[in-house]
Amino acid sequence: MEDLWSIAVVLLQVWFSVMIGFIMIPAMFGLSLGVTSVYIQILVKILEVTVRKLDEKGGSMEQEMGELRRYRTQSISRGEFALSDSFYFYIKGLESIVDDQVTQRFSSEELVSWNLLTRTNHNFHYISLRLTIIWGLGVIIRYCVLFPLRITLAIIGLTWLVIGTTLVGFLPNNRLKNWLSELVHLMCYRICARGLSATIQYHNKLNKPQKGGICVANHTSPIDIVILANDGCYAMVGQSHGGLMGVIQRSMVRSCPHVWFERSEMRDRNAVTSRLRAHVAAKTNLPILIFPEGTCINNTSVMMFKKGSFEIGGTIYPVAIKYDPRFGDAFWNSAKYNMVNYLLRMMTSWAIVVNVWYLPPMTRRVGEDAAQFANRVKSAIAHQGGLLDMAWDGSLKRAKVKEEFKEQQQKMYSSMVMGKKGRNSQEPHTESTRRQ
Amino acid sequence: MGSTNSTLSKIPNVEELMQETGFTPAHIVRLYDRFEALDKEKTGHLRPQDFGAINRLAMNPIGDRIIGAFFSPGQETVDFHSFVRILAHFRPADKKRPKDPSMPEPVNSRTSKLKFAFQLYDQDKDGKISRAELLQVLRSMLEMQVTEEQLESIADRTIQEADLDKDDAISFEEFRKSLEKVNIDHKMSIRFLR
Repeated sequence: MEDLWSIAVVLLQVWFSVMIGFIMIPAMFGLSLGVTSVYIQILVKILEVTVRKLDEKGGSMEQEMGELRRYRTQSISRGEFALSDSFYFYIKGLESIVDDQVTQRFSSEELVSWNLLTRTNHNFHYISLRLTIIWGLGVIIRYCVLFPLRITLAIIGLTWLVIGTTLVGFLPNNRLKNWLSELVHLMCYRICARGLSATIQYHNKLNKPQKGGICVANHTSPIDIVILANDGCYAMVGQSHGGLMGVIQRSMVRSCPHVWFERSEMRDRNAVTSRLRAHVAAKTNLPILIFPEGTCINNTSVMMFKKGSFEIGGTIYPVAIKYDPRFGDAFWNSAKYNMVNYLLRMMTSWAIVVNVWYLPPMTRRVGEDAAQFANRVKSAIAHQGGLLDMAWDGSLKRAKVKEEFKEQQQKMYSSMVMGKKGRNSQEPHTESTRRQ
Repeated sequence: MGSTNSTLSKIPNVEELMQETGFTPAHIVRLYDRFEALDKEKTGHLRPQDFGAINRLAMNPIGDRIIGAFFSPGQETVDFHSFVRILAHFRPADKKRPKDPSMPEPVNSRTSKLKFAFQLYDQDKDGKISRAELLQVLRSMLEMQVTEEQLESIADRTIQEADLDKDDAISFEEFRKSLEKVNIDHKMSIRFLR
């Protein structure tokens, strides 16, 4: 018994020193040991090699057509139409009637290869022993190795946030306080980001939101806050909660001003706007972070922006956030999962890989009303992040997108039929006599 | 989703349906769930718009024709039985079934599949694919990507190759002959369950 206990203690010590030495301290200073990027690369290789097999549902259009045409003597590059060509489209169409796996995501978003998370493969069937073993290993690694690590980090990060901000709160309001507060915030968010194995790539850093401005971003999950706050300090806006969240919120306010609303206040649009306006007007305050969609969207499109945020005035700094779906689905479906459930899922994913683009600041033009301005910002964000811009008339846009995809297919097919010749070619067709 | 048996009991004449089409109970249940998912207004019937709501289908160049295949002329809705019967044509062939000439042709035989494919082209159901009908299909698949002249020359060439009795149209026999080397069973089958 004694031995067991001492072994446990030693293990715990080793555990903590590894944590502090390798993860926390570099995280606090914004350095990276490169472990995460190596991890991600290994992961990508493994996923590519082992899981391609799953997509046996048929190759590309060229492959399928080639097989259909094999009985002909010419090869596809010569360009020819065959009566069997239509079979390809026919079967694809029927398959979609029987089982439409595309939810709201168009083909670009569909996972070509499965990323070994059961939750992303809706039709999980027994495919092969090898795959199942690898999947099992994946489960063990994710739940038994990664998960405890991440939970520990998250707890440390949040505890440090509360303690640190409370301590800083005791200082009188001066530059030292602001600097320390920023430091504390950054450190804690970095630790939290490590706690999710998040790899974030920031683009166009010179457009980073400045003090006295408003930062506007598309919303996919509560983690967005951690993602953005890893690279700068923002004043958070939101409802004040009770419980653990409340503790965190109250201590954060001690070190630098955030804007927390009571539930009753939120209903009064004017009160909200004036408070935000006051915050923005004080030029030394940190930029406020707002998600104008109002709710979490699944990261393939940008929904309508609520115009309230755009009535405050001041400079808007748009930011586009795009998660890489290969490593985990970051979207929080708040109807389906509660926060704890969601965080557990996040912590047992492989990793979170994000791209953040800072867009040039925008201000409201003369004669433009808040709604139009909101739309303009939304388009900019959607365009940058490669997301679909759902216009006011959502159905109209969707119809247009479908036409584009149809055209895409037609283009691909026509290049097979016409060979290199296309609409603009002047080449005469050679009418040679062929024997079947 | 419900257990297999409880879902099956909801479907009238399900035994007959399975006999006729060769689908297993598991297949039927899966198709029934899919039918219900498509039937958003819970009318028990599907209309062309319900098919049109499927994204992937709307993007398919010949999507409209495929939808049309489900609706007999004059019919505006399709019920579950018809839905299943049509899809039954695309069931992979039963390798184990003995070739018994006295039994009626199974619905998913090579000939049945070819007949179905033929009807895709032959919209007026006169038993021949005319030049105009061929052009229509070509146009759907190629639309803006080729000129009208190019379309016509493709159609000419295709008819020239397949038309054996020189009546400037492709009959079912000619269609079948020109595709005799294609592995129809493989290419015109859907795997309903993995």
